[in-house]
This record gives sequence, C-alpha cells and structure tokens, in this order.
Amino acid sequence: MKKRKFGLVLSSVLAASAILGACGTKDEEKPAKDNASSGDNNTEETFSVAMVTDVGGVDDKSFNQSAWEGVQAYGKEHNLKKGKGGFDYLQSASDADYETNLNNLLRRDFDLVFGIGYMMADAVEAVAADNPDKHFALIDAEVKADNVVSILFKEQEGAFLAGVAAAKMSKTGKIGFVGGVDIPVINRFEAGFVEGAKAVNPDIEIQRNYTAAFDKADLGKIAANSMYSSGVDIIFHAAGATGNGVFSEAKERKAKDPNANVWVIGVDADQYDEGKVDDKTNVTLTSMLKGVNSAVVDFSNKAKNGEFPGGTTVVYGLAEDGVKLADSRGAIPADVQAVIDEYKQKISSGEIVVPEKVEK
Amino acid sequence: MSNRVINILVPIISIIIGLIVGAIVMVVSGYDPIQGYSALWTGIFGDSYSIGNTIRQITPYILAGLAVAFAFRTGLFNIGVEGQLILGWLAAAWVGYAFELPKIIHLPLALLAAAAAGAFWAFIAGFLKAKFKVHEVIATIMLNYTALYIANAVIKKLSDGSFKTERVLESASLRSPFLRELTDNSSLHYGILIALLMVVVMWFILEKTTRGYELKAVGFNQHAAEYAGMSVNKNVILAMTISGMFAGLGGAMEALGTFQNASIKAGFTGIGFDGIAVALLGANTPLGVVFGASLFGSLKYGALNMPNAAGIPEEIVSIIIALIIFFVASGYVIRVGLQKLSKKKEGQ
Repeated sequence: MKKRKFGLVLSSVLAASAILGACGTKDEEKPAKDNASSGDNNTEETFSVAMVTDVGGVDDKSFNQSAWEGVQAYGKEHNLKKGKGGFDYLQSASDADYETNLNNLLRRDFDLVFGIGYMMADAVEAVAADNPDKHFALIDAEVKADNVVSILFKEQEGAFLAGVAAAKMSKTGKIGFVGGVDIPVINRFEAGFVEGAKAVNPDIEIQRNYTAAFDKADLGKIAANSMYSSGVDIIFHAAGATGNGVFSEAKERKAKDPNANVWVIGVDADQYDEGKVDDKTNVTLTSMLKGVNSAVVDFSNKAKNGEFPGGTTVVYGLAEDGVKLADSRGAIPADVQAVIDEYKQKISSGEIVVPEKVEK
Repeated sequence: MSNRVINILVPIISIIIGLIVGAIVMVVSGYDPIQGYSALWTGIFGDSYSIGNTIRQITPYILAGLAVAFAFRTGLFNIGVEGQLILGWLAAAWVGYAFELPKIIHLPLALLAAAAAGAFWAFIAGFLKAKFKVHEVIATIMLNYTALYIANAVIKKLSDGSFKTERVLESASLRSPFLRELTDNSSLHYGILIALLMVVVMWFILEKTTRGYELKAVGFNQHAAEYAGMSVNKNVILAMTISGMFAGLGGAMEALGTFQNASIKAGFTGIGFDGIAVALLGANTPLGVVFGASLFGSLKYGALNMPNAAGIPEEIVSIIIALIIFFVASGYVIRVGLQKLSKKKEGQ
C-alpha cells in the first residue's frame, strides 16, 4: 500500500511540475523582454508614473477611467511601457487596500504616485509620511505634506452650467440629481447644479437622491426610475459607476417610447457613448467634464521636469478650463447654449461665485 | 493508511490540486503561472512588510471564524457575524476617540465595548430563537442589514455629516511604533495577540467548563440535552451571545488596529461571511480556525500582489483564489478517495 500511495503522490507532483514547467518556458521570453526594455528606460532616466484607484476601478466610465486615460496619455507622450519603470495602475477592492497598493507601487520605484479620490486621503497621508523622499499627488482631497500635491476641482462651477442647461431644457419644470456618497466633493456638484438651475428658473423643482455608493448601478437605476416616473425629464448624475444605472433606465424608457422626453447629464468624462440608444437617438444631453486626465498629465510633466509643487493645493475651475460642459452634439439648441456661455463668462470672470455647499 | 496520515495528507493534496487548477486558469487566459504564484508567494512572505500585513489581515478572520465556529458547536448557524462585527467596529471606534483615559483602562474599555455591541446584536437573534422559534439564519441575515445601515447613520451623526469618525486616540490604539518599525511600516498591530488569546478562551470554554459541555451537548442533540436536564433555550441564547462577542472583537481589530476609525460603508466588509468558510475549513475547532484564517488571510492579502508584480488582472486573481479555497473546502472528496484507496489495499 505504502509504495502505491507514494507512487500516486509522486506522479501527481510530476504532473504538476510538468504542467508548470511547460508554461514557464513558453512565457519566459516575455518577462525577459520587459526587463530589457525597462532597463533601457532607466538609462534614459525616464520618469515613471502610477496611480491607485478607489473602489470604482479603471473601467468605471467616469472618474477613475479619466485619471487612467491621463496616465496612459502621459506614458504615450514619453514612449513608456505599462509596467515597472513606465506607467501602471492598481485597483482597490476595498478601502483596506489603499495603503497596500500605494506601498506596492512605491516598492516598484515609481517616481510619482497618484491617489485617485476623496476616500484615499488618509492612506496617502500615512504613506507619504512614511516615505518623505517619494512624490504623491492626491485628487479631490487635501493633504498637507511637503511631498504631496493636492489637486481639487471647482465642480460647483461646471455643475452650475449643467444646472442652467437642465433648467432651460426641462419641459416639465422638474429636474433631478443623483449623487454617489454624501461627501463634500459630491455636495459641490449638487450645490452648483441647484444654484445654476435656480438662476434661470427660480420655480424649478429639483429632486435629489444620494445612493450612498459609487459602484452600484442598480441603485442608480432605481433612483432614476422613481424620478422619471414622477415627471422629472432631466437627471444629472455625479455617482461614478452608480450613474451607469441612470443611463440604462433612461435608455430603456427611450427604447420603449421614442417620444419619451428623458435626458441624462453625464459626469467627469464625456459620457455620450453611454447614452446611445441606437444610431440616431441618444439620451445624453451633455456631460460635465472634469479634467482629471489633463490634470494628471500636467502634474506628471511638471514632476518630470523637476517642478513638482509639493505641499501646495491646486484648484482647477472654469477659468482654468479644469471643468466644462461637453459638446452636446446638437441636443442643446443655440439659444440655450448662448445663455450657458453667458453664465460661463460671468463665473470665469468672478462675477458669480458659486457656493460649495447647498444651504439646507 | 492511518487516520493521522489521511488528516495531514488531505489539506496538502487539496491545496496542490487547487494550485494546479489555478495554474491552468492562468495558462488558458494567457498568463505565466510561475510568475503568478511567485507574486502570490512574495505578496504573502516576500519581506517583513508583507508578513506584517498578512498577519494583520489574518487577525479579524480568526475572530470571525471563532464566532461562526462557536455557534456551530451549539448547533446554531450564525450568519450575522458580519453585522455583529460592524457594530463592534463602530463601538470600538467611538469609545476610542470619545473618551480620554490612560491606556491601561482605555484600550480594554474599547475592546469591551466592541465585544458588548457584537454580543448584544447576536443576543437579539438568540433570544428570538429561544423564545419564539425564529430561525437564527433569517434573523441574523436581516440583522446584518440593520447593523450596516444603523452604523452608517450613527457615523454620519457622530461626524457631523462626514463619512468617517475621528481617529481613535493613541491610548486606545492597538498599533505600536515598535511593530511598525519591525515590519517596515506595515499596519501590523497587537490585535493578533488578542485573537490568539480568544482562541484559547474558546477552547477553554468548550473543553474545560461545565457550561461548554452543555453547549456542545445542545449542539449534538437538543432533545437529549433537554432530557438530561439542560436548558436548551438558555444555552442557545448564551451561545449566540458569546459568538457575537467574538465577532464584535473582530470589528475592534479593524477599528483600533487597521483603520483607526469607522467609516460609512456602501456594502458589507465580507469578513463575517468569509468567517463561515474559515470556520468550516477549520472543522469548527479553535486551532482549526487559526489555520483556516491563516489560509484565507494570506491568500486574500497576497493576491493584491498578483496584479502588481505579475500583471494578472484582478478578475483572474479572484477566480484563482476562489478555486484554491474551493478545493481546500472540498477536501472531503479527497478524504473519501484516500480511504477507498487504503481499503482496497487492505482487501487484497
């Protein structure tokens, strides 16, 4: 018996090593190549950049994706490859992973590491304090440290224009706002949207709903459903991947009834493709663009040239082109567009100051 | 083949099979399994930083596993560990920042608060089961949701509309500069000692006390226990309460060690549900839970390094980790196989 059992174990081990061994040789060339290229890169003194997402992931079709596009654009500009010595990202499955992911990237010697999102503030602060010789950039939150630059956006200014557009375009006099988690960043979207809508139509009814999540499309869909059902015709979402549910609800309604007057205003990135029902119909009125991607490219280049403004907080608003409305592709008529442009001027010049918080 | 040999062989073979199937998944999806597994290995044991964080990850799993296992031994299925853990988390964080006390009082007080919060939440389910025959599975599942949203609402209230509480004070923190130094700035904290102490506590209660004997007896056969003069209802409530206490302490590990605060959660942490698997892997024994938690915690933490060092996408990593756990959990099949093998031999 013993012999036989031993044979069984031995053969299974052999089988395992054969399988593993075969794979090993097949793919061995690839890492070798990678090493060579990263070696070359190092001799050219490249400046490598990486980012850590919050729980949304780089395919959230909004915030994280925009940042990742920025990192990729920077890499393309400087002929870098994805991976060590070039550019890369790590995705966080939960808030427990932030610090580990940041540390993992530092261990791979990335020169600049971006933390994407308000929720990352604590982790960036802790890791930056442990690694004073490394550089960090934090988007959407502020950390005071010499090796961290904080990048903020005046979301309220862009959202103000979205509010103007929605109030002008609404036929029912009811518009909606779907927010992700109830945190200061999202409050800025809400405040701007409400302010903008009231500026052009003081009597407008604005329904507001916070879903308490950035990654739950089903909650976004439910929120949109109840809003559209009660007569709302335009919804502005600031909810990351949760907002994808708002789009799917609007698209379903439009597909069922081509005359249905339902619109969505997208957020962070141009979400025109999200609103596509068929070749002719699209439910995306416009999108409020947040220039996360250009800010990422901008700061990567600054840091590469040794001009990293550590310890400072940089704010992007309408005047700096950090937030704006996307091309509506004909959905917004010229007369409404003229009103939007007028407000844009007033905000850029400082004539109108948009509040960051909704007065309750 | 003796039972002892089988007992040792079964987990080893199951892990090997799990690894092989995981390797096949990697090959099929075009990644190098050797690179993948070495990334997993270095992610777990690579340097002192990884080891520190792996132990940190194991800590709440041990307590969640103990909670499930303890209820199991009394014949109760406590699915509510998640909710009990969330409330323990909240209670520990609150006591941690709201009071100013010397460490010798503050830290134990915060831990006690967490244990009490978890115990209370489990007590509700135990009480309903004992008095009104409400099945504990349904009661605890529903209590998970109430716990999650109550915690979110309370955190919002405590923090004046923000999404997290203040940081716990130094006097209530489980972290220590010494452990950080030792493990290259990892978030390892003293919680592991508390978790291991609780392992001993559970073993002591079950094996060395009359009460423990009664609890187990109820678990084996309720009617027999009742006939023997034991109060089934009392033991059901007690088992749930102690189980909830372990779960609450698991939350305290996160509040006082890993995160140093409590924040609003969009969904469950998953630790409580993983605790069910940990307990089953450990055959509901205290020592077994330690092994189960070590496996779970190591894989979970080490997996973070696979996209980092080997470029394998998270989705594939999740599949591989799930496969390994799946094969370990289905060790029974391998056990039966081995026993058949040895019986055949004896027959010849």
